[in-house]
Amino acid sequence: MSGERTFFNEMLDDAGNSRPAYAKLDSWLASKPPNFLKKKNREAETIFRRLGITFAVYGSSQATERLIPFDPIPRILSASEWRRLSAGIDQRVRALNAFLHDIYHRQEIIRAGRIPADLIMQNEAFLPEMVGFTPARKVYAHIIGTDLVRVGEDDFYVLEDNTRTPSGVSYMMENRETMMRMFPELFELHRVAPVEHYPDSLRQTLESVGPDQSKSNQTVVVLTPGIYNSAYFEHAFLADSMGVELVEGRDLFVDEGKVFMRTTRKPKQVDVIYRRIDDAFLDPLTFQPESMLGVPGLFDAYRAGNVTICNAPGTGIADDKAIYAYVPDIIEFYTGQKPILKNVPTWNCSRPDDLAYVLDNLEDIVVKEVHGSGGYGMLIGPTASKKEIADFRKVLESNPSNYIAQPTLALSACPTHVASGVAPRHVDLRPYVLIGDQVRITPGGLTRVALKKGSLVVNSSQGGGTKDTWVLED
Amino acid sequence: MLGRTASSLFWMSRYHERAMNTAKLLEVAYRTAIVAHGGQDSEDDWRFALLCAGCAFGYQEKIGDVSPKGVISYMVFDKENPSSVRVCLETARNNARAVRTSITSELWEAINTTWIEFMDTSPQSITRDRLPEFLSWISQRSHLFRGALLNTLLRDDGYFFSQLGNFVERADNTARVLNTQYWVLLPDNDVIGDGSMDRYQWTGILRALSGHRSYRFAYPDAKLTAFNIAEFLILRREMPRSLAHCYEWISGSANDLGLFYGEKLPSLTMADQISDDLANTEMQDIYHNGLHDFLNDFIIQNNNFAGQLSKDYNFA
Repeated sequence: MSGERTFFNEMLDDAGNSRPAYAKLDSWLASKPPNFLKKKNREAETIFRRLGITFAVYGSSQATERLIPFDPIPRILSASEWRRLSAGIDQRVRALNAFLHDIYHRQEIIRAGRIPADLIMQNEAFLPEMVGFTPARKVYAHIIGTDLVRVGEDDFYVLEDNTRTPSGVSYMMENRETMMRMFPELFELHRVAPVEHYPDSLRQTLESVGPDQSKSNQTVVVLTPGIYNSAYFEHAFLADSMGVELVEGRDLFVDEGKVFMRTTRKPKQVDVIYRRIDDAFLDPLTFQPESMLGVPGLFDAYRAGNVTICNAPGTGIADDKAIYAYVPDIIEFYTGQKPILKNVPTWNCSRPDDLAYVLDNLEDIVVKEVHGSGGYGMLIGPTASKKEIADFRKVLESNPSNYIAQPTLALSACPTHVASGVAPRHVDLRPYVLIGDQVRITPGGLTRVALKKGSLVVNSSQGGGTKDTWVLED
Repeated sequence: MLGRTASSLFWMSRYHERAMNTAKLLEVAYRTAIVAHGGQDSEDDWRFALLCAGCAFGYQEKIGDVSPKGVISYMVFDKENPSSVRVCLETARNNARAVRTSITSELWEAINTTWIEFMDTSPQSITRDRLPEFLSWISQRSHLFRGALLNTLLRDDGYFFSQLGNFVERADNTARVLNTQYWVLLPDNDVIGDGSMDRYQWTGILRALSGHRSYRFAYPDAKLTAFNIAEFLILRREMPRSLAHCYEWISGSANDLGLFYGEKLPSLTMADQISDDLANTEMQDIYHNGLHDFLNDFIIQNNNFAGQLSKDYNFA
């Protein structure tokens, strides 16, 4: 496979006419002078930098705080497209939570032979400490970011279910805020579903899973690793917009099985912890003993039912890349329905047949680490050089079970501001889902865009940007 | 409020105040070098800045010979000097970042923009002739910080902690500047010598504490005397950098904090005590008991107050 791949253009059909959802945007763009977007983009950058909306890049010592490039052209989804997507997401997150409850209890899905026992029990993401424990409302993954890509008019695939601590929701909020400041006239032309209620929904969700629901006031906190974490801005943003404390591990302590925060006066009991640190760092007494980020005794307090941790420890098993291939089965098993959203066909390199196929087709496919994230340690066959492929082959052969592979998807493209004007660039989509007393899905989500021509890597750590994402109301 | 939040607000203000004080000391060194010595560098002027900022030892260890270039680089840009403008601004910003949710966006933008613009300035570009302009930019940014704080912050516990940090630092700075050349402020100096050397030193001290103009209004005959200068900077409550003024503010904030929490803790009693002592002291008494001892004692008491405060309110 070489040369130009064909892809779905979200704004223009094959004849070059704009699709209905984009019609007004298209003519509005055409009416603007050539340098208009460039100027607007600079404005946006100044706003972001002043507000401190930055992320950290690992391994870059001089610029520890960088801006994620913001693209001023919105990505638009029609009401009907969104209805189908959100029904599929709803179905998927319910099934994943049922799956988590099952594998930490009776493991019916293993007994039924729908998923190999080894894949669960030998999985690093499976936490034996969670076996037999039931969190409030049986919800494990309260906050999920479902990564989707589009390849055709009605063709959406789920790439990943981020069930641990998905990030990026603050960009969804700030992108919208910035767009409303820069282009108020565009919002007059369209009826865009709002996203500003996300913090309220998050707080409601968190309060609804407090361990003692008879309490009228649940004390919720956001637990951050601290100011040097790459997503610190987001942690502060969420605590601020929910109106709750942003705490570090050292601000909390456990006394008689209950969690308290150290205040300027008396210790205050904490009911719900929205943690943005990984399982391994939560509690040095239960997990990594050398961790300085967590709270000694936290896990015991959790198991005693005195505090709720969101997401629950051990949810990582639900978005493990080796489990991913089984999600369609998981959906059928727990909901009795066919999956609404498709899975990308996946080769599991731990299986000899799959590995053989992958090694024969490295030029055409994408290979990912089972536990990797952020676009690190992956190979995109079609855009890789011969040498990169040869190097990757050696790595893959030496440790096949560490990898999965998928066909290269022709990601859809959206109009994007580039040096030469406006051009299509490939995008993905991460809607944010909240699961508590009900399932709440914020319309839209975060669109990530690969700013380099032809690139399919949208990760911010690899030069991707973000766009405001609009869902039009009927 | 988290104890760590209280601590961050306290230190955010302290470090911003310190950045401005360091800049001010350099401004005085630069000016005195030009005015008093007609452009001839005198090591003493620059050493004065190092001594007041408590940087003399660190400088000696790291750089050695006192030169304008060395002092500017050490006191403005050095990453290892805990009192350099750079480190102060960075620490202030890190503290602000840690409590981003407890401060207003106006305040955050003031702090963040200062840091971004400071980091956009290359140390090589700040040559001697560009120094005054750059230092005055730092002062202005500090005033903007304080203005944003006073104009936008809710008057709750967070505000009181930020005030305490600000004035503990300021009191410390004033006491150190006075102590560095306490002998030129002894009353004997009013009668001996022709005073021309003292005049430069007196003006330097007044300038370092932003008091060279207001002094003339506080003492209508406008004559510079050691006695009046010392009284002005220690006991005159209308002088915003005097020890008495700082402690009037500190005891006010400490009392507000006590009311806010409905509880009188030991640090509050200490603040009242120091404030009362300053209000009930005359300059003659201070001279009588020894200016140097008085200043040394004050620096220790001020430190003890900050320590007690952090104990009382669980600073992390």
